[in-house]
This record gives sequence, C-alpha cells and structure tokens, in this order.
Amino acid sequence: MKSLNAPLTRDVVDSLVLGEIVCISGPVITGRDEMHIRALEYVREGKEVPKEIVGSVLYHCGPIMIKKGDKWIVIAAGPTTSARMNKLEPEMIRAFGIKAIVGKGGMSKEVLNAMKETGCVYLAATGGAAVSLAETLADVSGVEWEDLGMAEAMWKFKANMLGPLVVAMDSHGNSLYENVNKSLVREI
Amino acid sequence: MSMIKLPEPTEQIVFNLLRLANTKLPLDIGWALEAGASWETNDIAYSQLGAIMDNVKKAELLGRPMCQDTGIPIFYVKGKFDSSIRKDIADGLRRATKEIPLRPNTVDPITRKNSGDNLGKGMPIIHFIPTDDDFTEITVLLKGAGSENMTRLGMLNPADGLQGVKKFVIDSVLNAGGRPCPPGIVGVGLGGTADECVAMAKEALVTPIDVENKDPELKQLEGDLFVEINKSGLGPMGLGGSTTVLAVRIKTAYCHTASLPVAVNIGCWATRRASAKISNGGVEYAQGTEL
Repeated sequence: MKSLNAPLTRDVVDSLVLGEIVCISGPVITGRDEMHIRALEYVREGKEVPKEIVGSVLYHCGPIMIKKGDKWIVIAAGPTTSARMNKLEPEMIRAFGIKAIVGKGGMSKEVLNAMKETGCVYLAATGGAAVSLAETLADVSGVEWEDLGMAEAMWKFKANMLGPLVVAMDSHGNSLYENVNKSLVREI
Repeated sequence: MSMIKLPEPTEQIVFNLLRLANTKLPLDIGWALEAGASWETNDIAYSQLGAIMDNVKKAELLGRPMCQDTGIPIFYVKGKFDSSIRKDIADGLRRATKEIPLRPNTVDPITRKNSGDNLGKGMPIIHFIPTDDDFTEITVLLKGAGSENMTRLGMLNPADGLQGVKKFVIDSVLNAGGRPCPPGIVGVGLGGTADECVAMAKEALVTPIDVENKDPELKQLEGDLFVEINKSGLGPMGLGGSTTVLAVRIKTAYCHTASLPVAVNIGCWATRRASAKISNGGVEYAQGTEL
C-alpha cells in the first residue's frame, strides 16, 4: 500500500495508476450534497468559505460524531455514494482545485473531465467500512457549517493512513468503473 | 385476548434490537462473505472483502455501528400485539439514536430539515402482521440510502415472461454498479400490486440467506440469477471481481391477469437485521426471520 501525504501535489496526483492501492495521511475534509451546494453558493455570492476546502482531500462522508466535553469523537466514518454529487463536483473541482476525492461507487464523465483538467484523483474507499476508516480519522480538527446537520456538515480531520483506497479514476481521464462496465457480461 | 406479560419493557427490546443489528453482522452474511473471498481471484476485490471483514470484527468488538449510514429502520411486528407497540418502537428508536449512537437520518422531504431523532412524520415505519400465535415477534431491517436509492419497480407486460423478469433484475443490479455497496443480497418481489411488489422485495431481505426457499421453482430461479449476476464481473464495490451478490431472494404473490410487476430492493453487504420473539417464556433474539 503506497502512503501519500496531504496536501497532495499535482506531481503526486498525476503519478497515481489505476487500480493502485494507497492510503492518505494529513488534512482531510468531508462534504456531501449540502456542503457542496453551500460552498458553490458562497463562491457565486463572493462570500468567504473555510480555507481548508482549497486544494483539499475531499471525503464524501457523513460520519457519526459525538461530543464529549468540548472534544469531538468520530464513531463511524465510511464513504457515501459519490454519484449524488455528480452535478456539483465539476464546479467544485474547478473552483477549489480539489486534489483528491475519496468516495464510493465512482463519478460521471463530466467529473472525470474536470479531474483531468485540474489534476485531481478519485480514490475508492470500501463502502460500509466505517469503523476501520473512523480509526484513521481519530484526530478531529473541527467542524464547519454544523447547522447542516451531522451528516451534511463539513468535518475536518488529520488522517492517519486513511485507507485502503483504490485509485479508481485517475487524473489522465481513465476510470476503473468505466473499464469494469465495458467488460460486464450480461447473460440471461 | 390476554395480554402477554413481557419479561422486559418493549422499548428496551427495541433498543436491544437496534444495537444488535447495528453492531453485529448476521452470521449467514458473514459466512457468505468468507465464501466470496475464498473464490475471488481479483486483487482489488479481495482487498475490498478483506476491508469489510476487518471492519465487521472491529464493529462487533467495539460495539459500534458497522456503517455510519445506520439507515432508516423498517420494523415488522408479527403475532399478537396491541397499538401501544407503535409508541414503544418510537421510544426505543429515539433512545437508541442518542445512546448507541445512530446517525440522525430523517429529514422533511421538502425543507430537508433533520428531526435529529430519526423520527418525524410517518416514522418509524412499521409493518403489522397479525397472527393467532401466542408470541410477538419484532424484526428490524436497517436500510441505508446507498442501497435503498437503487430500488426499481417494473410493471412488465405478461408477455415479457420469466425472461423479462430476469432481464429486469440483472439490469437493475448491474446498472446500480458499486452504489449499493456490493456484494449484498438482491431482494425481488414478483407479482402483487405495485405497492405490494416493492414491499415484498424488501421483505425478502429479512430471511437469513441460509434458509432455503421452500418453493423449488423459486429456488431454481434464485440460483440462476445468483450465477448470472456473479458472472457479470461487477465485483465488490463495482471495482471488478466475481463476488457481486451473496444471494438472490424472491417473494411472490398473485397479480392481475394483465400485470407482471417485478421489484428489486438491494441489500448492501451490511444487510443489518435482528428479531426478537417475545413470549411468556422470555425473549429470544435472532438475526433474521421468516415473515
């Protein structure tokens, strides 16, 4: 398993090969539908967004968090279905220079095109592996936009070997999902 | 009708069911995942199955929900009961949300405002099956949105026949790709009316997959679909491989002579379920039942 350190550089992103298994350490933020909608809304209105979004590793995840005293504890934090953000992601990638998206199930051709344009990689986490993945996110840096609710808020972590992650869409326009889909056997 | 004297409050039993379902993967599914890993030759697929099994062990050991999407719980109440059970279930769910904890998932469909306690208008969802039995059986099935969003209903033409049904099921699974977190269970409803058909597809997920279908023809059809879907190469998480489904389960009902309804409800690998059979003798817990 190749170990990567965030923030990721363009060279590192470009070096990743489809099917390679990696893990990431360093700053990671979460974002789902509502976080995407708000971030893009703020950009259009010229409002300030949390600085961590720029050049980030964006994890499609709505974790279970509890607060003990003034400390946040992550209970479960697996990936959510990335395809729900298909319409919002190309603009997110272009506006904030997102370097890596961690999610499950893959994303559209439009997202793949934006990734190629700016240098971004899509890493597939194992869906449902919420407890194992939460262990790698034990260092919670904080939360933004908590009013969106626990699942939709933007959580900030310092990841310690978040993984295993499969390089499923690279920054050169290749997609493992597309390859699998093309070779599917449909027999009745 | 004499009231059943409960060994512990129903609210507590509902709480126990939610904890059991969330933290411990049903054994039948665990075994099926192990079997999948043993025949998988694709490295990526093998890594996904390994990550799943590693996670299952940690969740059970730590007593934490195995998936952060603790879903919407669907309750099935069978046997002898009265209307107070609705409140007991709601109370148990509210406390479980706070104490296990579960992720608050329920929102108003228009304002998207979260109730914070997994309740709200129309919640919790409970199906009642009254029988003459001397027990009450409460079963909970947890459905996350990743798999639930892939539910499909086809109102086919009778002329489409069994071939049409098979094509609809296979297409539904393959078009869903990695989104419903394969490898899981494919629940199929066949016949009935539109609403009944979708309900049957979900009910099909409640029975442990090592309990064979009593209808030999349906058993054959389940087996055929299992082989055909796993031949596809979609694999765990849609990343390629030979383990796409752990089982196909079919429930049928008579339908209109002019209809052929078929519904698909996919259960992710974490098809979480638990049942409690409550009688004078006490409470018996299990992780699935035959409705």
